[in-house]
Amino acid sequence: MTTSLDPTLSETNFADLATDDRVDGSLYTDPDMFEAELERIFYRTWVWVAHESEIPEAGSFKMATIGRQPVIVNRDRKGNFNVLLNRCRHRGASVCEVPKGKANGFTCPYHSWSYALDGRLRGIPYPDGYDEDLDKKDLPLQSLRVESYAGMIFASFNPDIEPLDEFLGDAKVWIDLFMKQGAGYPIKTQGEHCFRFRGNWKIQLENTTDGYHFPIVHRSWMSSVDAETADMLSFMTDDNAVTHALGNGHSVAIMVPEHVDLDHDDGTEKIQARFDHIVEELSKTMPADQVRRIVRSMHGAGFNLNIFPNVAMSMSFFRVLRPIAVDETEIRHIALGMDGGPEIVNRERLRIHEHFQGPFGFGSPDDSEAWDRVQRGSRGAPGMPIMVNRGLNREALDSDGHRTSHVTDETGMREAYAMWKRMMTDEH
Amino acid sequence: MSTDLLTIALSDTRVLQAIELVWHEAALLDAKDYQTWDALWTDEGRYVIPIDPDTDDFDGSLNMVNDDTRMRRMRIERLTSGYSMSALAAARTVRTVSRFTVEDRTEDSITLKSAQILVGFKRDDQQTLAADVTHRIRDTEAGPRLDLKVIRLVNSQAAVNASGYLL
Repeated sequence: MTTSLDPTLSETNFADLATDDRVDGSLYTDPDMFEAELERIFYRTWVWVAHESEIPEAGSFKMATIGRQPVIVNRDRKGNFNVLLNRCRHRGASVCEVPKGKANGFTCPYHSWSYALDGRLRGIPYPDGYDEDLDKKDLPLQSLRVESYAGMIFASFNPDIEPLDEFLGDAKVWIDLFMKQGAGYPIKTQGEHCFRFRGNWKIQLENTTDGYHFPIVHRSWMSSVDAETADMLSFMTDDNAVTHALGNGHSVAIMVPEHVDLDHDDGTEKIQARFDHIVEELSKTMPADQVRRIVRSMHGAGFNLNIFPNVAMSMSFFRVLRPIAVDETEIRHIALGMDGGPEIVNRERLRIHEHFQGPFGFGSPDDSEAWDRVQRGSRGAPGMPIMVNRGLNREALDSDGHRTSHVTDETGMREAYAMWKRMMTDEH
Repeated sequence: MSTDLLTIALSDTRVLQAIELVWHEAALLDAKDYQTWDALWTDEGRYVIPIDPDTDDFDGSLNMVNDDTRMRRMRIERLTSGYSMSALAAARTVRTVSRFTVEDRTEDSITLKSAQILVGFKRDDQQTLAADVTHRIRDTEAGPRLDLKVIRLVNSQAAVNASGYLL
């Protein structure tokens, strides 16, 4: 991998810019640093590209982007996942501009070089224009490393990267818990909201496990939901609502402790009255305990899991970030449902998603406004540090050895910046 | 085709009343006079900004907005309560609604399609949103009222920036 690093940005600089509890404001504003982050983080580590349900059958594909580079994620006839650079080996044209669909392969529209789902070059028109020693085997679409865990598909430009299993490490337990919101059904994606904000990608990265902002930024949303939902999210004063640093930049923020493991139900929780019509409908064909299990999963998992650097598994949706520029980031909020589950439940989950998410939701616009303001404000006195020290006074190791603090504390951010520092200074 | 249809439509008092209502609505939304806007709706009114440009199955798909009267009123409460920082910092908007065609006409309703161009300005940024809009306007005892509004943004499947105002 070639690098476009500014030679003046030495590794020592990066190390100096992030201490254990402060980061320099230039982390949001320095365009050279942004270029370095693409090379050292996004083109070097595992980046989430798709959920299996987005490419359900042989030939299913979707377009995705890693850093600035366009890729195609597909499932081939053997059931393998492939992530291919969306760039013809001949003259560089993209071979796919359909966001998602089904295909037998990909043909470049410029000179009709055609490729199989696994990237093999199948055909070149009028091949006699090339030397006889041109071997199609040498000219496939560039393939990336691909591995998946629990339906989450990750890819990497780095052929020497550690196995995904190791990279996810202690986050895997939480991914498994997150998937329990399917209540026995597999998770499926069911649409997404996409918006951009005028700020650096790390501003959003910080946000997912930042419980401190929630009741302030989302006060208007809190006042619009029923008392039971608001009460469910009253984590500000709940000592059981904690954040764990999980290693490798990953972290989890527990907002609803009683919903961490949705298979566990002590029977004390009252089902929210807003779901009475669903209980009534499901009860016609399902036993009461199954109905209760499904309805308790309606809001998703009781926590936000941040997987460094680009995907969060947040209550009932995936939040995917894409760095566009040093001061611009794209966010997708992907709604989740139960694959094969009751239609009435999947529809209700869509309504819950619409209520908070998206450019006209009751929550996302306020998050976006806050992130815009961080970017605008941090241009003032760029050397002045950004504080990520909240909760250091009460941070402790849990029984698994994870640094843990209250959900309103900045343990998750400190974990992300520790990983950022390792990757940017090549210590990993 | 459309010229003939428009000519016929504009000679119809009910159609003119419907267009007048749509223009009145646009002025109220630019003024962010959401309470007055709310009074333009029927009790069954549905306000939708879909993501899928081709769908009419709004309940079966994910939308940016899919409001019945209850949700619409909560939305107005959110935008006017003073608790939402995106609403407090919302862009100033100017919208033009034009290119009307009559899609349907029943005894008590007119369905209009139109083009809407909205220009918003916030801080140093001027943005444009373009949409095909459908209004179904129902005659009620109180006069013509909005019964359905569907806003199909041309970029609905791409990134649509977060907003503190309504379309």
